[in-house]
Amino acid sequence: MLKSVELLPDKSKDELTRMLKEKWTIRYFDEKVDEFFAKGMIHGTTHLCVGQEPTATGPCSVLRDEDKITSTHRGHGHCIAKGADINLMMAELFGRSTGYCKGKGGSMHIADVEKGNLGANGIVGGGIPLATGAALTSKLKNQGDVILSYFGDGAANEGSFHESLNLASIWGLPVVFICENNQYGMSGSVKEMVNIENIAERASSYGIPGVVVDGNDLIEIMNETHKAVKHAREGGGPVLIEAKTYRWKGHSKSDARKYRTREEEQAWKDKDGIKRFRDLLISEELLTEEEAENLRKQAKQDVEEAVQYAEESPEPGLDTLLEDVYA
Amino acid sequence: MREITYVEALRECMSQEMRENENVFLMGEDIGVYGGAFGVTRGMIEEFGPERVRNTPISEAGITGSAIGSALTGMQPIVELQFSDFITIAMDQLANQAAKLRYMYGGKGNVPMVLRTPAGSGTGAAAQHSQSLEAWVAHIPGLKVVQPSTAYDAKGLLKAAIDDPNPVIFYEHKLLYKTSSDDVPEDPYSIPLGQADIKREGTDVTIVATSVMVHRALEAAEKLAEEGINVEVIDPRSIVPLDEETIVQSVIKTNRVVVVHEAVKRGGYGGEIASMITESEAFDFLDAPVKRLGASPVPVPYNPELEKAMTPQTEDLIQACRETLQRA
Ligand SMILES: Cc1ncc(C[n+]2csc(CCOP(=O)(O)OP(=O)(O)O)c2C)c(N)n1
Ligand SMILES: [Mg+2]
Repeated sequence: MLKSVELLPDKSKDELTRMLKEKWTIRYFDEKVDEFFAKGMIHGTTHLCVGQEPTATGPCSVLRDEDKITSTHRGHGHCIAKGADINLMMAELFGRSTGYCKGKGGSMHIADVEKGNLGANGIVGGGIPLATGAALTSKLKNQGDVILSYFGDGAANEGSFHESLNLASIWGLPVVFICENNQYGMSGSVKEMVNIENIAERASSYGIPGVVVDGNDLIEIMNETHKAVKHAREGGGPVLIEAKTYRWKGHSKSDARKYRTREEEQAWKDKDGIKRFRDLLISEELLTEEEAENLRKQAKQDVEEAVQYAEESPEPGLDTLLEDVYA
Repeated sequence: MREITYVEALRECMSQEMRENENVFLMGEDIGVYGGAFGVTRGMIEEFGPERVRNTPISEAGITGSAIGSALTGMQPIVELQFSDFITIAMDQLANQAAKLRYMYGGKGNVPMVLRTPAGSGTGAAAQHSQSLEAWVAHIPGLKVVQPSTAYDAKGLLKAAIDDPNPVIFYEHKLLYKTSSDDVPEDPYSIPLGQADIKREGTDVTIVATSVMVHRALEAAEKLAEEGINVEVIDPRSIVPLDEETIVQSVIKTNRVVVVHEAVKRGGYGGEIASMITESEAFDFLDAPVKRLGASPVPVPYNPELEKAMTPQTEDLIQACRETLQRA
């Protein structure tokens, strides 16, 4: 399909342009959420993935519908990339009854189990064992499904990460661990919190492959996750992929970003993975400037419509308080 | 006197202790230049440096356990967990190590550490960032459990916790961080653990309230006073050790009692307080059953109205006092 670079997964022109639009949808969705939090229109807290769109879109694009993901507190992008309806996501952020969690979960708990998204997670590292367990189901039931587990660089210092990688390795489970290394936890720089260059190196201590990818290079991300998913699906066991990326915004809604410089932020913004993919599709003549611009506008419009849907949705009734808990 | 916030009171206490006592140091996630998730340690790394204000990886079991180990060997660490929900990850080290070491070793060795952490709902942080799990730790012999409700109490209780030779779980509350008091002395002072505070004197009904509920109890008392009902509000301040005497004497005086906490009512510490009252000499003085209020048995919901409906509000306390007073 592409002339200038090798693309391993088989993707049509339509599929590639859809992916470009999806990244814009993720960006506009989170920018909208940012605006609403600032205005006090959404309460609680949120974690935005602006700048990390390629690591949401790329890995999810090589999955089958039946494959599953576990996500993180910074999960809006993963959710959209796994096929979520942004209307229901926005409604959840507004705490409305039509939201993915009926208004009970909020930003940190959006899940779309039907689409194979086993949920965002408020506990750093909390999803990694869940993904391992889902992969165990797939193996025990011979389903052939692969589970993709998203987590951050910070999460790689939790016991849950280490215990899960070991389990998945000794049991040969079909799970791909994908570490979105955006260089910081909340404020803790990965340079200070980890004494190795690449988190992917940790794979070797569990006897599994570890790979580093450029988190702004959608093609490289797709190629490496394609290989890892294939390896896992064919019974080769887990793979750890580390994507070097950057969150453009603060950690959560109140963050003065004292732990990093504005120059560093700008340097990463200059590597914008959306622009890079857009330029590639144009230079490959899969898309004209004008078509690209239309896609971008459409993504923005979709987000506006999601906001309208959310605003028009009803609040959950107080009678729902005790629903959906067994005991 | 100057007015300072609950956050400032905590910071002032830790800073004063660290200036006086070189064994005291801090460990926690993002407590350095970020100043902690709620700004409690803001400015401290600038004064004390990264050796004594240790910014840690996201490893709750590891940092809590290493605090316990360093306490056992002569240091006096203060650990900050960003949200008290994450205590679950540190629980083995707290329950199986910190709480038991001294006893298991036949009285040899101490674990003089403090684990500070914010609990509670009301911020829209939802199910994994809003719990009140103090009854879990209170159940374990060997751990002390403190819940300050004001800036004054926060400063004095934290000093007592730091000076205590035992592990202390120090529950702060997110909704209280920005509240302020004008009665906080600048000089260090200590409020002994196990000493309740009568936050308001009254004669008709006692409310025993912890943490943020102290403020709702005071509001309820204010409203009921307009109807001529005189409420006494007791804040235990620490639930382990618990000042049973102050509670019992109050109930003997008022003959009626409402026990309230934000934690889920089922299995909550209010049950312990209620049975302590009925087992005490106050039993013969009760004119109504002990009334308990706590949260509904569900995870904390995100929607603000549902979140409010889950936990006792001032109105619920007024209602509970009325019901208790209506019993013949
Ligand atoms: C067990 C646990 N510890 C701490 C936190 C508070 N917290 C939320 S996000 C975060 C940083 C996570 O860093 P990383 O895993 O790199 O993900 P990122 O936020 O960078 O996407 C922290 C410390 C939490 N939610 N859960
Ligand atoms: Mg990170």
